[in-house]
Amino acid sequence: MYPAELKYTKNHEYLRPLGDGTALVGITHYAQEALGDVVFVSLPEPGTRLEAGEELGTVESVKTVSEIYMPSAGEVLEVNGELEAHPEYVNEDPYGLGWMVKLRLEGDLSPELLDVPGYEALITSESR
Amino acid sequence: MLNRNREPLIFESSVVGKVGMDLPHLDVPEARDTRPEHLRRGPFQALPSVSEVEVIRHFTRLSHDNYGVDDGIYPLGSCTMKHNPRLNERVASLPAFAESHPLSAQEDVQGNLAALFMLQEWLKEITGLAAVTLQPSAGASGELTGVMLIRAHHVAQGASRRVILTPDSAHGTNPATAAMAGYEVVEVPSAPDGTISFEDVVDHTGKHHPGLISLVETLGAEIAGAMITNPNTLGVFEHRIQEVADLLHGIGALLYMDGANMNALVGVARPGDFGVDVMHLNLHKTFSTPHGGGGPGAGPVACTAQLEPFLPRPVVVRDGSGYRMDWDRRQSIGKVHGFFGNFGIAIRALTYCLSHGGDGLRAATLRAIVNANYLRRRLEGTYHLPIQSPTLHEVVFNDALLSSAGVHTLDVAKGLIDRGFHPPTIYFPLIVPGALMIEPTESESKAELDAFVAALEDIARQAQSDPEALHRAPVRAPLRRMDETTAARKPVLRWTGFRPQ
Repeated sequence: MYPAELKYTKNHEYLRPLGDGTALVGITHYAQEALGDVVFVSLPEPGTRLEAGEELGTVESVKTVSEIYMPSAGEVLEVNGELEAHPEYVNEDPYGLGWMVKLRLEGDLSPELLDVPGYEALITSESR
Repeated sequence: MLNRNREPLIFESSVVGKVGMDLPHLDVPEARDTRPEHLRRGPFQALPSVSEVEVIRHFTRLSHDNYGVDDGIYPLGSCTMKHNPRLNERVASLPAFAESHPLSAQEDVQGNLAALFMLQEWLKEITGLAAVTLQPSAGASGELTGVMLIRAHHVAQGASRRVILTPDSAHGTNPATAAMAGYEVVEVPSAPDGTISFEDVVDHTGKHHPGLISLVETLGAEIAGAMITNPNTLGVFEHRIQEVADLLHGIGALLYMDGANMNALVGVARPGDFGVDVMHLNLHKTFSTPHGGGGPGAGPVACTAQLEPFLPRPVVVRDGSGYRMDWDRRQSIGKVHGFFGNFGIAIRALTYCLSHGGDGLRAATLRAIVNANYLRRRLEGTYHLPIQSPTLHEVVFNDALLSSAGVHTLDVAKGLIDRGFHPPTIYFPLIVPGALMIEPTESESKAELDAFVAALEDIARQAQSDPEALHRAPVRAPLRRMDETTAARKPVLRWTGFRPQ
């Protein structure tokens, strides 16, 4: 459910460092389950630069609309255009086809990012 | 009874060449169609070819599948689905109102102008504000008008301000309106009691949200105003609203009140008395005119004397010679609706005011609050009440007590359909996960409220005994559970069943 190679945020985004200074961002399994069926994902233009915690976009499900936040400072290089036709990828394959943006990371990774035990502790406390 | 699964579209019943009346034989030469080819109608038939009896049966059958305020409680929170008194309809259909033309000479329609003027006066008294426009056609139209007044005020002061504040409990139309009027929207968090937070809020993820005081300090003269619903979408009265107004006024900003929930205040509290500068009223909610598909709405805007010069023109005024439309308003933001607004709706609202009188309007408000609090008391414990603050005309529950059984808010709503009730507003306000937002209005009798409570109690029992049954609901409605996901992901926005013949 929560791959070890990913970093997680308290807002339920994940960051997948690709090793070349870039990373993929999406939302976690827990987030997609809480949102329910995703019907639309709104993402920024490539070239947008954002600090950690700034609003990156929104995810709309049948139940609600929810913001996605930048896991760590960087510039948006690319957005996953496939999600426009296939928002269901976010539910079906959040860590694969459901990725949302590719970033060029800037500076150190945000110290707020969690590892798997840290994230699992967070969602356990939230579901209580 | 009906034994048909689905009523076809009337276009699907169309048979080419079928006519519903016996037209006389054409005894003059047929007119020549002189239109150029590219302007001629294609094969699509604009009107279905059906007989009179088919038309009547079609719409009668559809009406059997309908559920409206004339069928039973319609408890949509923040929508105020109250009874539409028949007297309103009778007065609005008087020939002098219904058959008058908006381009009539003013001296010929003094009665109509007097009626509009009287309604303006009633709304001024009810809101405690100095001036009213009746033009806006509904709530969001009123909101945009109001924010344009705020903008015109700042522009006249030579100031450019870029921010409108809205609470996180706001109706979606508030931030949408502010954005449409060219403002940047900044969200104000809610305090644990559900009201606007003056202090900063740290949410469960550790994220920091500046409260009203910080926002006013840091943004200062960038703030054009705030849009606040009172009572808010949780049904909680913003008891510090005067302080909100004072903070805003201290930096030259204005306070807009979304009047969607005015049914909780009419005759009891006047927004003009607690610092509101401009607000809209939904005649189709608070003033008992038809709502939704039942007729056009109307969203009059009331404002202070300071904002009056900017009101849409014309405004009905009374002077020595009678009533007239005043167009001479140089600073007006212009027209926001054709002619003078939805006139027939204004007549219905005026009828509602006159037939109730001030004491009757106040009694309606108090009864709406009693009804909502009766439901709150009866259902608390069966459904979770996430915000404990006292509430006025509506109450928000959620599905927290049912979710361990795998039953969620959507299932509760569908279960209500099977039990013969219209569901409440669900999944709103967004700050309450799984919200069930219930507003009974003053129209419901205790018997109707008790029946509604019994249905919700039955659903809560079934959630424990047979949750699967609720997942299948509705099973007694003309259509079963809709596939909302596919509808949103792959919307079909146009009927494409027609085949040229």
